[in-house]
Amino acid sequence: MPKRTDLKSILVLGSGPIVIGQACEFDYSGTQAIKSLKEEGYRVILANSNPATIMTDPIYADATYIEPLTFETLSSIIEKERPDAILPTVGGQTALNLAMKLHEGGVLEAFNVELLGARVESIQKAENREMFKKCMQSIGVPLPKSRYVRSIEEAREAMDYVKIPAIIRPSFTLGGAGASMAYNQEEYEKLVRWGIDSSPVGEILIEESILGWKEFELEMMRDKNDNVVVICSIENFDPVGVHTGDSITVAPAQTLSDTEYQKLRDYSIQIMRAIGVDSGGSNIQFAVNPVNGQIYVIEMNPRVSRSSALASKATGYPIAKLAAKLAVGYTLDEVPNDITRNTKASFEPTIDYVVTKIPRFDFGKFAGSARALGPQMKAVGEVMGIGHNFAESLQKAIRSLELDLFGLRFNSHANSDDLKTLLGKMRTALPERLLFIGEALSKGATVEDIVESTSIDPWFIHQLKRIVDSEELVRVKGVKNLTSQDWRYIKRLGFADRHLARIADSLELTIRETRQSHGIKPVYKMVDTCAAEFESHTNYLYSTYGTEDESPPTQNKKVMILGSGPNRIGQGIEFDYCCVHASLALKKMGVESIMVNCNPETVSTDFDISDRLYFEPLTFEDVSAIIDREKPLGVILQFGGQTPLKLAKSLEESGVTILGTSPEAIDIAEDRERFRELLERLKISQPQSFIAHNKEEAYSIAESLGFPMMIRPSYVLGGRSMKVVFNTKELSDYLETETVSHSLGGQILMDRFLENSIEVDVDALCDGSKTYIAGIMQHVEEAGVHSGDSSCVLPPFSIEEKILEEIQDATNKIAIALDVKGFINIQFAIQKDHLFVLEVNPRASRTVPFVSKATGLTLVQEAVDIMLGGKINAQTLNSARNKQLYCVKSPVFPFLKFNNVDTILGPEMKSTGEVMGVDSSWELAYGKAQIAAGNLLPRQGTVFISVNDQDKEQMVEIAKLMRQSGFTIVSTRGTAKHLIKHGVPAEKVNKVVEGRPHIVDAILNRKIDLVFNTTLGKDSIRDSYSIRRSTLEKGIPYFTTIQGSWAAAHSIQAIRQGKLSVYALQEFKS
Amino acid sequence: MNGFLYLEDGTLIEAESFGAEGFGGGEIVFNTAMTGYQEMLTDPSYTGQILMLTYPMIGNYGTNGEDVESAKVHVSGMVVSDYVDTPSNFRSKQSLSNYLKSQNIVAIHQVDTRYLTRKIREQGAMKAVIACGNFSLSDLKAHLESFPSMEGQNLVSKVSTKETYSWQKTRHKDGPHVVVVDCGVKYNMMRLLDSKDCNVTVVPASIDVAGLKKLTPDGVLFSNGPGDPATVEATIELAKAYIGKVPILGICLGHQILALAIGAKTYKLKFGHHGANHPVKNLSNGKIEITSQNHGFAVDPESLEKVANRSYGSVVMTHIHLSDETVEGFHLNDVNVRAIQYHPEAAPGPHDSNYLIEDFVKCIKKSLKN
Repeated sequence: MPKRTDLKSILVLGSGPIVIGQACEFDYSGTQAIKSLKEEGYRVILANSNPATIMTDPIYADATYIEPLTFETLSSIIEKERPDAILPTVGGQTALNLAMKLHEGGVLEAFNVELLGARVESIQKAENREMFKKCMQSIGVPLPKSRYVRSIEEAREAMDYVKIPAIIRPSFTLGGAGASMAYNQEEYEKLVRWGIDSSPVGEILIEESILGWKEFELEMMRDKNDNVVVICSIENFDPVGVHTGDSITVAPAQTLSDTEYQKLRDYSIQIMRAIGVDSGGSNIQFAVNPVNGQIYVIEMNPRVSRSSALASKATGYPIAKLAAKLAVGYTLDEVPNDITRNTKASFEPTIDYVVTKIPRFDFGKFAGSARALGPQMKAVGEVMGIGHNFAESLQKAIRSLELDLFGLRFNSHANSDDLKTLLGKMRTALPERLLFIGEALSKGATVEDIVESTSIDPWFIHQLKRIVDSEELVRVKGVKNLTSQDWRYIKRLGFADRHLARIADSLELTIRETRQSHGIKPVYKMVDTCAAEFESHTNYLYSTYGTEDESPPTQNKKVMILGSGPNRIGQGIEFDYCCVHASLALKKMGVESIMVNCNPETVSTDFDISDRLYFEPLTFEDVSAIIDREKPLGVILQFGGQTPLKLAKSLEESGVTILGTSPEAIDIAEDRERFRELLERLKISQPQSFIAHNKEEAYSIAESLGFPMMIRPSYVLGGRSMKVVFNTKELSDYLETETVSHSLGGQILMDRFLENSIEVDVDALCDGSKTYIAGIMQHVEEAGVHSGDSSCVLPPFSIEEKILEEIQDATNKIAIALDVKGFINIQFAIQKDHLFVLEVNPRASRTVPFVSKATGLTLVQEAVDIMLGGKINAQTLNSARNKQLYCVKSPVFPFLKFNNVDTILGPEMKSTGEVMGVDSSWELAYGKAQIAAGNLLPRQGTVFISVNDQDKEQMVEIAKLMRQSGFTIVSTRGTAKHLIKHGVPAEKVNKVVEGRPHIVDAILNRKIDLVFNTTLGKDSIRDSYSIRRSTLEKGIPYFTTIQGSWAAAHSIQAIRQGKLSVYALQEFKS
Repeated sequence: MNGFLYLEDGTLIEAESFGAEGFGGGEIVFNTAMTGYQEMLTDPSYTGQILMLTYPMIGNYGTNGEDVESAKVHVSGMVVSDYVDTPSNFRSKQSLSNYLKSQNIVAIHQVDTRYLTRKIREQGAMKAVIACGNFSLSDLKAHLESFPSMEGQNLVSKVSTKETYSWQKTRHKDGPHVVVVDCGVKYNMMRLLDSKDCNVTVVPASIDVAGLKKLTPDGVLFSNGPGDPATVEATIELAKAYIGKVPILGICLGHQILALAIGAKTYKLKFGHHGANHPVKNLSNGKIEITSQNHGFAVDPESLEKVANRSYGSVVMTHIHLSDETVEGFHLNDVNVRAIQYHPEAAPGPHDSNYLIEDFVKCIKKSLKN
């Protein structure tokens, strides 16, 4: 049956900001779905609060709403747009939950909007654990023993039935939020309470522990004719107990015989039917007892998921695209397989390679948080490696992680743990467990030892041992004595030249030359969904070591783009946005675009985007092998964040043309000394700064520089290990921490900290002779809070014209001096009318997508044009700009995922994602951004105010505003006294140290609707930690800076005036 | 041990052996199923063929006593990309290497199997020989020339049971009696019939009409098997004689036998269907089944349409391959004959088409009632 013609317009829900458990895989699925629906001629309306996404570019949907994903906003959008249907299955749990709210609130019914892709009953059956359990029991699919409880008393009873250790899973949460494992009774009760609190419906599941079982996932599709197919099977390296998002996973399943695999397949089909998913994809997770093959189903997601993005990349089967087609009425046998063209989508992909995904963590950002992995996801990104065997795919994935790892070994420092220690350490599922295993095997551990310590299937450990044993071969024989056959064997196992160099105590280039002299170089194979059974028309390639290279390069004019690798805090989807647009721009200019990236979540690794996609690690070896064969005109590095820039030097040295700004200019901007010389020459101020090469020097610099100061190691990303210190004690604490002492081998940068200054971010284009200011963003938080963690407003809302001119002038001077060709981003600070330059990045910045959306300019396209020799035409650009509206970008933080972590902001970036608010005033736009970020500003109620002495003056003004808005003010003694003295009525409440009932009691009792809490210095931070943590856990909106509080107070006043309007980006064009 | 693969077109590939020492020759075919190597190795339909698997890591879950589809390994050799000698699975009893050695089957790995797959796809199925040990190129060439090509070969007689036997030790009370004409049948067919309460007797493919009659079958199944269908004349004659007497089901080679029996034609496909992910459209309800397939010959659809013998009633095509639209099944409704080109008994592969066995048993029971 063909597509439905009774539908005209469809509202697609995005997944909102990037958070742990819901990242850019939903930009990939959403973008695919929108393209797919547009292709069918539907009018597509999109709602997503995340400006960094590709899907929110106005070129995709017909009406793009970058608005908060809340019931109220969505109701307004539906009322305004009157869509015929809504597609909630490509925007993760957020979209699914939102659709359910719209259904429950009667909005869908009131406006006659049909739910596509999943029916309400199906969502309920899959998402509500109790209903799911009943459904599974009705079809005879076994599950772990479990019981639902809503109180601690019920939980105690359940314990007798389920037994400890038990897993506690809250209903209706995202990425396993609140899920945990209890090993003893005391812990059990604590975790039960936490779980009940985390669940939006106050319900948890107490579940039998099946720790140590093997975990599998099947990615399924089903159409309305009841055709069901498995797209991909996935086996987890880590046994049950580690969230699948935090686990290393492998596709296809490795250790199941056909008999067992078919059992999982049969169950999955039964489950799809029973849950009633009848036009889309689902993910089903199973546990298998390694001792006897007993199977339990763990859960199912009736929507496109992170795993389905991985499965799409692993197989070449575009699940989200198909899900959209099925949602509008197609059946699987009606849609062609894009890759083979002649066959249909109604089949099961078969693959002739192995895919390994490794998650990427960023625990370094959250000091004090437990690093052990468990049922709640903590990874911030992932990489995928494709190879002809597990070892090759694993080793490719390892070096894709960009943790300076090139094999199964810790980097730089040899691990000094003895075998016993290693075996002990690997008992806990830590992020680096894989490396502990590698080290242990090389120190003589047996496969059995490791299986005993980790419960990881021996199959995997044997494969790791194969890698370690081969290292031994290299070590013993030495590079010179390896035969061609040895080389072939070693490279087939995925060894990096760089790692071999380390093992053999040689140099990467020597290894490369030696193996090449044996004729050993990679060949490139296609990802074709069918294991070469049918002819394919695909541009999706990976390297391996074999006989035949099946995809010779074209003779076209081409340019290569290096992607940004795994997402991490400080480098995420924003750079994928730039890479994707660069590729589209090249295609538009008639230049063949070649993308290289290793992140399976992204749009850039969708084979639909570029003329050629190489799914490869972004290392010198892997990248230069592609350059050697493709011989592109040049390589674009400036869109992928720090990742490609790290390769700039070595690529340039090997004769590769780097397009755009020269690596030399990048070096000037990143090298403190050279940069200082440049600014001095241009007569532009920067905060006084020094470089310390050792601790002694650091202390003596501190004496002359004075406190507070900003300190950090050189060459850092996302403000890693950066800190503002207020006194000598804090300085010495800082210098003693481990990460810092390592980098002392390098340098420590010490800058004067500009107190009470306004920070400004500028994104500009430069063609070497002319500069065009794309956007000036005024930060809400003062300098000292990382720019990625600060809200910013475009255009500036309180900066004088004279200063703005100065900013433009300085930007122009710096860009020209650096001979920038493409993007430049500059951070300024304004202190008492004086302008300082904080940082210059002559490349695409994190804010490029935000500025593009806010201004309506296709900035990346302009930048690519410049790189290929084009010139800036300011007039054309100015006439293309959106009419003036205020856009605010606000950060979103993962604090809730990390126990015992404080929510205070500082120079080290901690946010995972961002949202945008758009409106006619900055106050409204800021309010929308806060709401979109989950900081649901109240319109009335009680605000708790507690500020440090320095902020007290300013807080009076804020408190007055809050009183005008009708809020009751509650404060700790000092703040209250100060407010009352200045005529603002405030109720006193005890600090936690002052005895009960205290402020945390009030927060837990939900007597507080909003929190303004600023602190200064270690002691006051410690004292008020419990306030912030309980605020966070109760979901109460909070602000930890005076500027944020000030902006919030103004916003609350503005949004109290009436209902918030909604705007589509397309309306901004004047 | 060194291993070599030599192809009819002159390609010589050096590899490593992981099976027995010696030679193995036959038509080289690939199978794209990612699991089920033990079932494939023991599938009699692979007689006279070298099996190359496109999934690169083979041996992962070892071998066991249950996943066998006949009494022995039937392939004449095996080619894989990466053999895994450290299996892990709760049912594993023996590594694949030891299993192959115990059955004296040659096998090689460390081969670019995707390259070979593409070659076979482009050039069609071809003869090949595997040699493990110390052999010269001329040894390989001589061995390759010593055996004939697939077309015109009657391999059924090699694999069919020599004796008639009953599958079950204890009979199902009141169960229908199904006779399986063994052209190279897989055990799972009998297991499934047994699970549907049928009493199963397995007979040689060479059995004559009188012999079959003596067994008083309630239904007859012509099984899968190796080689060119046109060569099994006696079995075709048997089918011809039995159509209309009891419900009949033909699977794979059996499907082709039934087609030939009613006067349709068969032909050799370029490289055949060998995989567990083949979509087949059931023309009666429009639904897609993901099927397990393993055949090099197919039934010519035009010849099927032209079948003139009116005594069979109408000949209806029931299933087609979604990708290349080849015939995957037909039905003679009036005389209770059903033929299916693929493997509803799976093993390996999906169970989507198990219903065909069920339908067959239902049909037998219904005809018994009448």
